[in-house]
Amino acid sequence: MKVIEGLYYSKEHEWVKVDGEKAYLGITDYAQQAMGDIVYVELPETGTELAIGEALGVVESVKAASDIYTPLSGTVVDINTSLEDSPEEINNDPYESWIAAFKMSDAGELDNLMDAEDYKDFLEEE
Amino acid sequence: MKLIFEKSLEGKRACKLPGCDVPHAGLDKLIPENMARNTDYALPKISEPELVRHFTALSKRNHGVDSGFYPLGSCTMKYNPKINEDLSKMKGFSGAHPLADETHVQGCLEILYMMDKMLSEITGMEHFSLQPSAGAHGELAGLMIMRAYHEKRKDMGRKKVIIPDSAHGTNPASAAMVGYDVLEVKSDRRGNVDINALKELISGEVAGLMLTNPNTLGLFEEKIMEISKIVHDAGGLLYYDGANANAIMGVVRPGNMGFDIVHLNLHKTFSTPHGGGGPGSGPVGVKKHLARFLPSPAVRKKDDEYYFEYNMPDSIGRMKSFYGNFGVILKAYAYILTMGGKGLKEVSETSVLNANYLMEKLKDHFKLPYERICKHEFVLSGIKQKEKGVTTLDMAKRIMDFGYHPPTIYFPLIVKEAIMVEPTETESLEALDNFADAMIKIAKEAIQEPDKVKNAPYNTAVKRLDEITAARRPVLKWSQDR
Repeated sequence: MKVIEGLYYSKEHEWVKVDGEKAYLGITDYAQQAMGDIVYVELPETGTELAIGEALGVVESVKAASDIYTPLSGTVVDINTSLEDSPEEINNDPYESWIAAFKMSDAGELDNLMDAEDYKDFLEEE
Repeated sequence: MKLIFEKSLEGKRACKLPGCDVPHAGLDKLIPENMARNTDYALPKISEPELVRHFTALSKRNHGVDSGFYPLGSCTMKYNPKINEDLSKMKGFSGAHPLADETHVQGCLEILYMMDKMLSEITGMEHFSLQPSAGAHGELAGLMIMRAYHEKRKDMGRKKVIIPDSAHGTNPASAAMVGYDVLEVKSDRRGNVDINALKELISGEVAGLMLTNPNTLGLFEEKIMEISKIVHDAGGLLYYDGANANAIMGVVRPGNMGFDIVHLNLHKTFSTPHGGGGPGSGPVGVKKHLARFLPSPAVRKKDDEYYFEYNMPDSIGRMKSFYGNFGVILKAYAYILTMGGKGLKEVSETSVLNANYLMEKLKDHFKLPYERICKHEFVLSGIKQKEKGVTTLDMAKRIMDFGYHPPTIYFPLIVKEAIMVEPTETESLEALDNFADAMIKIAKEAIQEPDKVKNAPYNTAVKRLDEITAARRPVLKWSQDR
């Protein structure tokens, strides 16, 4: 199970990559393996304001459709439209396949997320 | 196998229509030029024997309850008695026109009237509407009633519906359709609603709780009376998803458990065809305080005459054109009369007995995540086999080699590698034993010869399908230029 240094991780198996004020969000290698072959990604609209725990979009695999809950609050400023035609990118390269980019409303919320070491420990327990 | 369109050859035909004996008006006079098709009609050209063989071959490739065991969990794939079909084909019913005058179709109206009464008796409700044409449609109607109830009381702040993490996916989907936000309540270690988690979620913003009982793990919600009190004390309503009603008939009634709104699936519990387009029927029933909100029209009786009551000012309105899937309602009516009250109780008792028998036989070979007496279905986990690289999907494919429809897999979502088995009451002891033997054989193969299971099925008309491409890039219709 791949876990990458330098990213933030949530208990719902999402990763966050911070780039200045922007935060990119995707699902982890563990999440994509658990879901199986992903066949559809429903993206949010840019401009959507979301609070922590609200559904950002849906990832659908041959097994199930799962809501993606945002671990950060903020406004969606960019979406990865290439996932609309090629949802399999998430299976192939989960840490490059960001789903949406946020303008964070409170960077302090990042403190609630795990770093790579903590996430690895978390996966051990799962 | 070729599609019928691919078998088409110029010059062939299955029937010859007699010449037209009315004057030909000419299409150009009837249909504007820009709307008229200017190519030949795209129907296959094929002879009658080829046509018959094509569809007979297709039917042979199908698997249904008439061809074998179909233990699809939470779907109640019970045998559909043929007497239901006979009765529904009676000319007085099948020939009735939906716009016929009420006085000409008193028999049909009586069926609808009596069905309302019988379903109300079975579930402990005041009235049913038979309009919804499937389970999820019944949920939609039920939640619209929930919303109408709160709005009528001018209680406009209720925007949320609580749904357990083990629920059918239709529950949150229906709630969202009606405009509610969904709050998920988690299950406890025994597979029931976590009471403490429920207490944390409940508030004056909650319109109601949707619950299946027994739930999708096949487990009875033992604390249902406490759940009911928590929800009602906060001003919410309790919704009963009747998908698993096959476990409780004649034993306990949703109305007595505190539920205010119920839907039933006639195509599950009441033996009408399920799958293959059914069609389904998902009547919605309510307690007395909600009866005014039911869909209109309702069938009522005055001086020994049945009529449609349209004067229902608080009704949520029509849920379907005409009066629901009448033929299906009729088949379910025949079933209820055939079984009688005692018979329906025996149905539930036997379905529970069959599930527990199978669970006991299989629990040493698969992981059983909740070791309790189950109701009409149970959920295993393929996690032991997964360690050997054999997934639940692989085992589901393998079971087809033994002539069975696979159980429901990967649901409910809270069990890893879930295998959900519902045998129903219509299977014999021998059928259950044979299925258990096949499952045990596969469990052993998964450990000893994993590749055998991973490459299954071997004996089916088509081998393993490319489900991924089918889902990612579906081809939904045949086209000439493909």
